[in-house]
Amino acid sequence: MIIANNLTKKYGSQQVLHIDNLDIPKGESFGLVGNNGAGKTTFFSLLLDLIQPTTGNIKNNDIIVNESEDWKPHTSAFIDETFLIGYLTPEEYFYFIGELRGQNKADVDALIAKFEDFFHGEILAQKKYLRDLSKGNQKKAGIVASFIGNPELIILDEPFANLDPTTQIRLKEIIKDLAKNKDVTVLVSSHDLSHVTEVCERIVVLNKGEVVRDIQTSKETLKELEEFFAG
Amino acid sequence: MIKHFISLQWKSFFRSASFKTNLALKILMAFGALYFIVVFGAMGAGAYYLIEKQLAIDPLDLINRFLIYYIVADLVIRYLMQKMPVLDIKPLMYLPIKRATIVNFTLGKTALTFFNIIHAFFFVPFSIVLLIEGYPALNVILWHLAIIALIYSNNFLNILVNNKDALFYTIVGILIILGVLQYYGYFDITEYTSVFFNALYKQPFVAILPWILLGTLYFLSFNYFRKNFYLDAGLSTKHSVAKTENLDWLNRFGSLGTFLKNDIKLLKRNKRSRTTVLMSVLFIFYGLLFFTNSIEAYNAPVWKIFAGIFVSGGFLFTFGQFVPSWDSAYYPLMMSQNIRYKEYLDSKWYLVIIATLISTVIASFYLYFGWEVYLSIIVGAIYNIGVNSYLVLWGGAYIKTPIDLTSNKKAFGDSQAFNMKTMLLTLPKLGLPLIVYAIGHYAINSSAGFALVAIVGIIGFAFKNAVFNKIERVYKKEKYKTLAAYKQKN
Repeated sequence: MIIANNLTKKYGSQQVLHIDNLDIPKGESFGLVGNNGAGKTTFFSLLLDLIQPTTGNIKNNDIIVNESEDWKPHTSAFIDETFLIGYLTPEEYFYFIGELRGQNKADVDALIAKFEDFFHGEILAQKKYLRDLSKGNQKKAGIVASFIGNPELIILDEPFANLDPTTQIRLKEIIKDLAKNKDVTVLVSSHDLSHVTEVCERIVVLNKGEVVRDIQTSKETLKELEEFFAG
Repeated sequence: MIKHFISLQWKSFFRSASFKTNLALKILMAFGALYFIVVFGAMGAGAYYLIEKQLAIDPLDLINRFLIYYIVADLVIRYLMQKMPVLDIKPLMYLPIKRATIVNFTLGKTALTFFNIIHAFFFVPFSIVLLIEGYPALNVILWHLAIIALIYSNNFLNILVNNKDALFYTIVGILIILGVLQYYGYFDITEYTSVFFNALYKQPFVAILPWILLGTLYFLSFNYFRKNFYLDAGLSTKHSVAKTENLDWLNRFGSLGTFLKNDIKLLKRNKRSRTTVLMSVLFIFYGLLFFTNSIEAYNAPVWKIFAGIFVSGGFLFTFGQFVPSWDSAYYPLMMSQNIRYKEYLDSKWYLVIIATLISTVIASFYLYFGWEVYLSIIVGAIYNIGVNSYLVLWGGAYIKTPIDLTSNKKAFGDSQAFNMKTMLLTLPKLGLPLIVYAIGHYAINSSAGFALVAIVGIIGFAFKNAVFNKIERVYKKEKYKTLAAYKQKN
């Protein structure tokens, strides 16, 4: 599904990302962990063609992302609040994303109905624009919006940050459910080691822009990761 | 303590994003500021002699008569444009600084804004001229100080009435009614107010009143801030009640409709974009300056086409030139969603075209000035649709200033939105149609001039696809730079 080839990103002389070879097969739930500045968001931004690689490229379904836009229909993401349109209500935002992804209102309504628990009554019919919601609630709206339109690849950057404990637990269930579907590839980054080990089949550790661990999740994974980061 | 505040202020000014523009722009801005200073100064110095010579009445008397309008107008401008100082307070709240100190500093800081300083450039030279002309020094100085107090009273009044729209529009309404009544000679408010302003000069002890007013207003603002010094009180931002809108009738335009729906919401729900729409309505009336022959310099025939372009193209210029910055807050979303650049640009183009057509229809009242006047507007609209609509979209690709939709602060002249490439693109927007018209007008006649401009517009329209491919390439090339620039907020 995702193949990164000799991928580097440099700002001036500073190298922020260097991945020789990374292959994420279809249907995998993939976790990316690392300290601040490890290159997680850089990698996701490259994957979404929001920044240009210095060398190499990323292929998404055999499409080189910085050469063609054909990866867009099957890819969705929530990176940060720049993925939200502040002056829309959450409903309008969902419908907007739905229309872009070829879904009609009924489709979108059916999908968001499934997330009523997750929203905890704080998103829908609140008579508030997205810009006036709290950070956590904005995040909930953004995450659910990324599920609209049956994407084959979902990218979530730090989805657990800013969420309350109840919502974190529900989000884990949601991601696990998605991971069961072998047509959907989920990419998640997090600072919280226990969350990623719980939801991801495979975990890659980035440190200063380089892949330093590539682990198939098992019972020992959390311990291994904690030891690594305790350094 | 005050030392820290001043150093913070200093840094916030010199490190602000808008200050870090290139040298050429800084020089240009300095010249702009200098221009205003000179204009106001010249007005202040020249007003006395001009009034005396032209109207043969006491200039001070006349100024005193109209001061009421001057002061109310100042208040209105402040209300619309002066930014409240509260935002910078938040990081200071929990630090070990006395609240009174912070409030005093915040209020004191407002005293130094441009809105206060600019008046000095008029009143100082004017007062100096009064002294030179032999008006009694003590009276002039006290009058001058009283005016300063009134202007600063406005400053604090504005802080107190901030965001009370009902009050504001009442004041503006009364002002307009009074102005109209005075113009038609029914009722002259200045007869009553000028007594007061004259008294400031004639009875030196009256001049103390504005200072008492200023003191009271400062005290009130201080108390107001002090009392509301909480995140959920005075420092909170107002949330408007949101209403979900369908706008389903736009669905018939397919994917284009999706964007149009969004753009309409964008225009309706954000302060900055509402100002833009208001400004484009004002552009419609801009033509009155040309077609009523009120300004002599505008009587040359080529200016007709100039006016025509502005009348129909207000929205095109005020909105179009900032595409794609309107979407700057969520540009990464737009770039990673299932959107083709072409559709995105197309929807903006249609929006601009629809607005141009609406402006043209509204402008039909210009028929009152004769069919030729309206013809020039129609021809201007054709040129706008056929040529200028591309040029603004093209120029927009190079404007990488993020727009803060919720603030009006930079709605009037955004310094960064101004660079060499956009400057060069202004030439074909305004210069080319004038030249084309002039060729037709002077070679044959005015109809030929109109016809030539319209033909250029129609040719442009015919090449839409080719031009759009070119613009799309420019946007793609600039995409990463644009994304990076929008990331730098503030």
